Amino acid sequence: MSSMNEPLLEMKNISKDFFGNSVLSDINLTLREGEVIGLVGENGAGKSTLMRILFGSTMIHETGGYGGQVILNGKEVHFSSPFDAIAAGIGMVHQEFSLIPGFTTTENILLNREPVKKNLVSDIFGDRLNTLNRAEMDKRASEAIRLMGVDIDKKMVISNMPVGHKQFTEIARELSKEQLRLLILDEPTAVLTEREAEALLASIRGMAERGIAIIFITHRLQEILSVCNRVVVMRDGVVVKDTPADQTDVQQITKWMVGREVAGKAETSVRSHEGAKDILSIEKLWVDMPGETVRNVNLTVKEGEILGIGGLAGQGKLGIPNGIMGLYQAGGRVVFEGKEIPLNAPRKCLDASFAFVSEDRRGVGLLLDESLEWNIAFPAMQIQNKYLKKYLGGLVKWRDEKAIREVTEKYIGELAIRCTSSKQKARELSGGNQQKVCLAKAFALNPRLLFVSEPTRGIDVGAKALVLEALRRFNRESGVTIVMVSSELEELRQSCDRIAIVSGGRIAGILPANASVEDLGELMLSQVK
Amino acid sequence: MNNTSKNTKILSFLRSSSVPILFIIICAVCIPLSGLSANMLFNEITTRMGRNAFLILSLLIPIMAGMGLNFGMTLGAMAGEIALILVSDWQIVGIPGMVLAMILSVPFSILLGLFCGKILNMAKGREMITSYIISYFINGVYLLVVLYMMGSVIPIKHSTIKLPRGYGIRNTVSLLNMRQKLDNLIPLKLNIPGVGIVKIPVMTFIIIAILCLVIVWFRRTKLGQDMRAVGQDMEVARDAGINVERTRIISIVISTVLAGFGMIIYLQNMGNIATYSSHSQIGMFCIAALLVGGASVDKASIGNVFLGVILFHTMFIVAPKAGAAITGDSMIGEYFRVFVSYAVITIALVMYETQKRKAKSQEGAMLAAAQDEGEEEKDS
Repeated sequence: MSSMNEPLLEMKNISKDFFGNSVLSDINLTLREGEVIGLVGENGAGKSTLMRILFGSTMIHETGGYGGQVILNGKEVHFSSPFDAIAAGIGMVHQEFSLIPGFTTTENILLNREPVKKNLVSDIFGDRLNTLNRAEMDKRASEAIRLMGVDIDKKMVISNMPVGHKQFTEIARELSKEQLRLLILDEPTAVLTEREAEALLASIRGMAERGIAIIFITHRLQEILSVCNRVVVMRDGVVVKDTPADQTDVQQITKWMVGREVAGKAETSVRSHEGAKDILSIEKLWVDMPGETVRNVNLTVKEGEILGIGGLAGQGKLGIPNGIMGLYQAGGRVVFEGKEIPLNAPRKCLDASFAFVSEDRRGVGLLLDESLEWNIAFPAMQIQNKYLKKYLGGLVKWRDEKAIREVTEKYIGELAIRCTSSKQKARELSGGNQQKVCLAKAFALNPRLLFVSEPTRGIDVGAKALVLEALRRFNRESGVTIVMVSSELEELRQSCDRIAIVSGGRIAGILPANASVEDLGELMLSQVK
Repeated sequence: MNNTSKNTKILSFLRSSSVPILFIIICAVCIPLSGLSANMLFNEITTRMGRNAFLILSLLIPIMAGMGLNFGMTLGAMAGEIALILVSDWQIVGIPGMVLAMILSVPFSILLGLFCGKILNMAKGREMITSYIISYFINGVYLLVVLYMMGSVIPIKHSTIKLPRGYGIRNTVSLLNMRQKLDNLIPLKLNIPGVGIVKIPVMTFIIIAILCLVIVWFRRTKLGQDMRAVGQDMEVARDAGINVERTRIISIVISTVLAGFGMIIYLQNMGNIATYSSHSQIGMFCIAALLVGGASVDKASIGNVFLGVILFHTMFIVAPKAGAAITGDSMIGEYFRVFVSYAVITIALVMYETQKRKAKSQEGAMLAAAQDEGEEEKDS
């Protein structure tokens, strides 16, 4: 077989930057027919971007393309859309399901590729009026399900299906494409039960035997070891390790994933708040936040500390602050300074002097088309009646423009917000400066407890340091307790006193911030679902 | 266990069909009060079924494509009216006149449908209100054409339909030569025991039946499948390579063309065109009838259409009489039926929203239940 010598896919010197922010550099990857490689790395390591390049995502083109070459079957290819990639034999199963809820398995497997029969009307009005050939559809779906090796009901409607079967439907859809040569599976086992995951692994082996090459992305390292030929570890946009799977183990991979050159240089001033009283206790919290489900979380926050919440994407860390603040439906008990805070009522949280800096800066955090003054003063004005002038014994309240300007100027100075004036619209600022406005807004509330979610997501290094520093100072100087949620372990280690790791929607463990990266990494992967 | 699941099934059936049930109750109360004879009631309902069913059926395809209850059909109705005005000026009568009007309405309907579809593609998720406002806007254009351009720019010969000032169309255009020509093409009078003689508009019913078959067939075509996919999840459909925008526009165009035909059938039954008002409430009444039949914003079947026509129009017929019988004032009943048709739309929309919320909170409840279960397992 000549194909064993010639790789099916070669990615050479791939690099990608988003407006000057380099996210991938010098990536080299080869893949042969029937080979299974496991691609691992922390969130933000660049796995998804790399796969998007391979799959011809339009997003890559809109942001200026990529550097390097993608060579498929010995020929260089340039995919301008996923459809080109599909035509060339690449299939991808995404993390989010791409299924029509009211369609059956068969209809979804053959979505927009249904076999049809011609009829009189379609001869006149065009092919779209061909009738569907149901018998042929059934046959092809059965064949794809057989190839997959996992039995699923082909007549069941997707919305009635257990989540694992939805995943298998997606895989069967890729398998039903005759030209399929290379299949990308992006965290396919994240939603599967243990037994289903085993079935999937068996199915992967079966597909590989039939000559389909597979790129398998997962956080469950054990699976990689059991099914892959090679493991490719990415970190910070580069491939740090490319090694045969039988020559490594879970500990080693974990270390490669999280270990940084600067590792071990955690914040030196980790403080212990053993003696401090519990300011917030969370009991049996569940949150129904799509993609970030929280299950049965118990957590106590000590007065005056910075508590970090870390974990991989989709494990539920974002659900915790969003649930407590009432942005997503939640249940359980939250007690703040001895008083129970009702859930699903954002106003009550704010009245209890919580503040929240959302990870969804543009959606939840800012009034994009209003001035900085408004953005910063608005919550304080609404919730605490600050910056208002009262007339007629409080019947009429007017905005105190002067006080608003003063407070805005103060924060612009303190946080070094780069803007033309305090009247500039929030939309016009860069991501980092928008984030600073979000912080200023929360600071202006003078909260007792501040939730910060992904404070440095999508902002550059300089702004990152400033934001983290501002949070630390706010905590030290004003004695505000901070709960900081972040995907970046290093950032948590630098800023926090304790770090709680969320895995599978639950708290997997709480460690002091100066714990080793390996220990934290292990917790992150411990209950991954 | 089995019993409870049966109970919940019955409950969920009752909840989902609460609007039709409410209307069955209203009708059951009003029919005896109205004092109408069974014969008259049956005759009225068969007439109105023939008159309205085609129009209401034209709503089904946009719902399938996820565009909700759509006032785009009002545009088709206007196209049908313009075609009928022209045909009646040309003095083409009877069935040939109707057929010509239908053919003539098609280009107008397609143009208006394209326009409406394009705009609705910019207002995804707000189709109902957007199409409602578009129908007002196009009503303005319609007035311009009918009130000022007909007779001045567009030649209108016959003074019977022209305003005395020389241009513009009269308030009422008589369709006497066309009146119920389709309904009576195949005359049939059924003698139902206990009810008496009921006149059946056979040909109209046949056409409606054909349209139903076409809709059933259409659902099985590639285009129908694409529309269902687009209706359920636009993003997924787009990822699968379906041209979402084009599919949505096609669904609106089909709806306006069918509504144009439907309006012509409607007006041949009435026997005259109320030039400035025929189309204005037709959208509202059709949507109300469909909702009364148990449809929701995202799901409607042919069964909903017929149940809706029967219930809504029974109420329409009996409510004024019942109102008059109770209060001695016939205006009360008249008020009541208009009030009810708007109320139905409001209630149905509110219920749709609450059902969506309920489904959402159920997910949360399931999460909480799973959590408790997990704990029990741990304990044991």
